[in-house]
Amino acid sequence: MYDLKELERKARQAIDRKATFGDDVDLDSFDRSFVPHTYLAEEEICSIPQEEQQRLLMSGLDVTGTGRGGTYFQKDTSVVHCHSNEEGIEVMPVTEALKKHDWVKEYFWKLVPVDQDKYTASAFLDLHDGYVIRALPGSKSIYPIQACLYIDKENLQQNVHNLIIAEEGSELHIITGCATSPHMKRGVHVGISEFFVKKGARLSFTMIHNWAEEMSVRPRSVARVEEGGVFINNYICMKPVRSIQMYPTTHLVGDDATAMFYSVIVGTPGSHLDIGGRIYLKNRGCRAEIVQRSISNGAHIINRGHLIGEAPDIKAHLECKGLLLKGGIIDSIPQLEGHVEGVDMSHEAAVGKVAQEEINYLMSRGITEEEATSTIVRGFLSVDIKGLPVPLREEIDRAIDRSDKDAI
Amino acid sequence: MLIIEDLQVELAGRILLKDIDLEIRPGDTHVLFGPNGSGKTSLLMTIMGYPQYIVKKGRITFKGTDITHAPLNERAALGIGMSYQRPPTINGLKTRQMIDICAKRKVDAGEMARSLNFEDFLDRDVNAGFSGGEIKRSELLQLTAQNPDLMLFDEPESGVDIENMALIGTTIARILEKETPKGGKNAKPFVQQRSERTKMGLIITHTGYILDYVPADKGQVLLNGVLACTGNPREIFQCIGQLGYEECVKCTI
Ligand SMILES: Nc1ncnc2c1ncn2[C@@H]1O[C@H](COP(=O)(O)OP(=O)(O)OP(=O)(O)O)[C@@H](O)[C@H]1O
Ligand SMILES: [Mg+2]
Repeated sequence: MYDLKELERKARQAIDRKATFGDDVDLDSFDRSFVPHTYLAEEEICSIPQEEQQRLLMSGLDVTGTGRGGTYFQKDTSVVHCHSNEEGIEVMPVTEALKKHDWVKEYFWKLVPVDQDKYTASAFLDLHDGYVIRALPGSKSIYPIQACLYIDKENLQQNVHNLIIAEEGSELHIITGCATSPHMKRGVHVGISEFFVKKGARLSFTMIHNWAEEMSVRPRSVARVEEGGVFINNYICMKPVRSIQMYPTTHLVGDDATAMFYSVIVGTPGSHLDIGGRIYLKNRGCRAEIVQRSISNGAHIINRGHLIGEAPDIKAHLECKGLLLKGGIIDSIPQLEGHVEGVDMSHEAAVGKVAQEEINYLMSRGITEEEATSTIVRGFLSVDIKGLPVPLREEIDRAIDRSDKDAI
Repeated sequence: MLIIEDLQVELAGRILLKDIDLEIRPGDTHVLFGPNGSGKTSLLMTIMGYPQYIVKKGRITFKGTDITHAPLNERAALGIGMSYQRPPTINGLKTRQMIDICAKRKVDAGEMARSLNFEDFLDRDVNAGFSGGEIKRSELLQLTAQNPDLMLFDEPESGVDIENMALIGTTIARILEKETPKGGKNAKPFVQQRSERTKMGLIITHTGYILDYVPADKGQVLLNGVLACTGNPREIFQCIGQLGYEECVKCTI
């Protein structure tokens, strides 16, 4: 049941509750008040400054909408653009959707506990906006829907709440970017995301983060996947940021449900990245895979991976590889939990430097030591993500290509 | 021309090669025999420039340049290349991309791979999960793309099946310019064709199969880190087959 009073009561209780992981962010030192921005029509959105467009593009938002099935664009606390071109796919601001459609309430705060910590509590009590993206039963989107949460105002705490629903038999791809404007330094982003993948649906969600050096980021996301559903969750973060802590969780609740998490992280000096992934396999035939690739150029990176097998005949694998290029710490914490006989779970973790043997091999083919190193690093970052449409795959390759120059 | 003079090499604190003198002239291919652990791979790796093989004494000169202490990529740039016995896997780097690196430009890898029956492997990561025979073809493909003047082959035929042996043998002969000279009206005289060859080769073999495809000019036996015997490659191979390495090097052919 959707009970605002009860949610509020719980949120108030949790307002000072520290998160289990990550540095504690003093939310009181940030501003959560509304920042008005005017809504932009489709043609107006193309006339925003070039520099800003570039930032957006880096996070996967193409203002021209080329090759996109729809757009949600939020700047600070306000929605500046929102529409869908695809039949069968709805894109709406969450605050508006909650007022207009009763069904939205069925999903709001259904997976993420509002009293999990101070960040979830704050996102409830001071919600700015966020998106609802829903693929109607049986609809197939060819082009990904793009969503961007942009921060322009210094010292803002941006609170968003997203609901992503792939109805039975639908196929939905979303590319979502989070970015800050070029001048922006300090801020907080709290993002609640709840994913519902219904029977036989396929949902891919690709998130690209381009934050600023003093940004703290606390996403809280939980997914629920029904029978035969597939959820692919990709995460790319290769730019400087102060701190990110997240532990996206997926519940595979139906038979033969599948979840795949892929993350590519590059940490720069001063960054503290605590990135996890947790998948519950609750029914027969469920499959899960978590692949994490991290590079530290002087950052402190913690990779958590947690697979929980609760039913027989499930298969789950966790692969976590870290590369220390220029110092820093990579702390890899893989965890497997089998609750019944007949689970097949494994993990593979490695932390190290670029192998000299591989550098030498490439040098003997005629390239310099630097070129050899960057070739190996690029290879390390190019994770084979299964089940993505070709344009999206290329988009991810480009995002990695653009930033691996900074990485090396 | 490759000239090695009085070479002594140390690996992990142990002298592996000593008193090595070797000369490979343009157009010539040498074959290197020797028991397991005698230092054959080490000699090739030293010529290629692997830094863990420390030259304690002597000199390596290639095309008139002293390369004794030159880094790997400078030797590659001068025209030395190698087909490895046990190359590392490069995760995330497609064999197709590796071919471009070797060729120093975008090439039609598919076309190049066809003659080695290797097209299906181009979109796999370099050496990732390749079988023994597949590694040989992958290495040969890379070397073909690189097309260096001195080619070092470390057991190019071990682990290769009969059908692929012919592919590998003829490919090596072709890239070393060791194919039978062309006949016909407009062809240059055989002697001239032969004297115009510039590619140099050094091939390690245990089985000797490669001799059926590549007319090698010289054979050498490496025993306990010393080049013990030089001569006609087929004769040496026969002798090793009949008498073994130890006896063979005694009976200076
Ligand atoms: N990293 C190392 N540390 C110590 N010893 C090594 C190392 N690598 C090779 N060796 C030793 O050096 C010696 C020569 O090795 P090398 O690989 O050159 O032999 P090879 O003649 O190529 O043998 P094979 O016919 O088996 O390929 C061997 O005894 C080997 O064990
Ligand atoms: Mg060897």
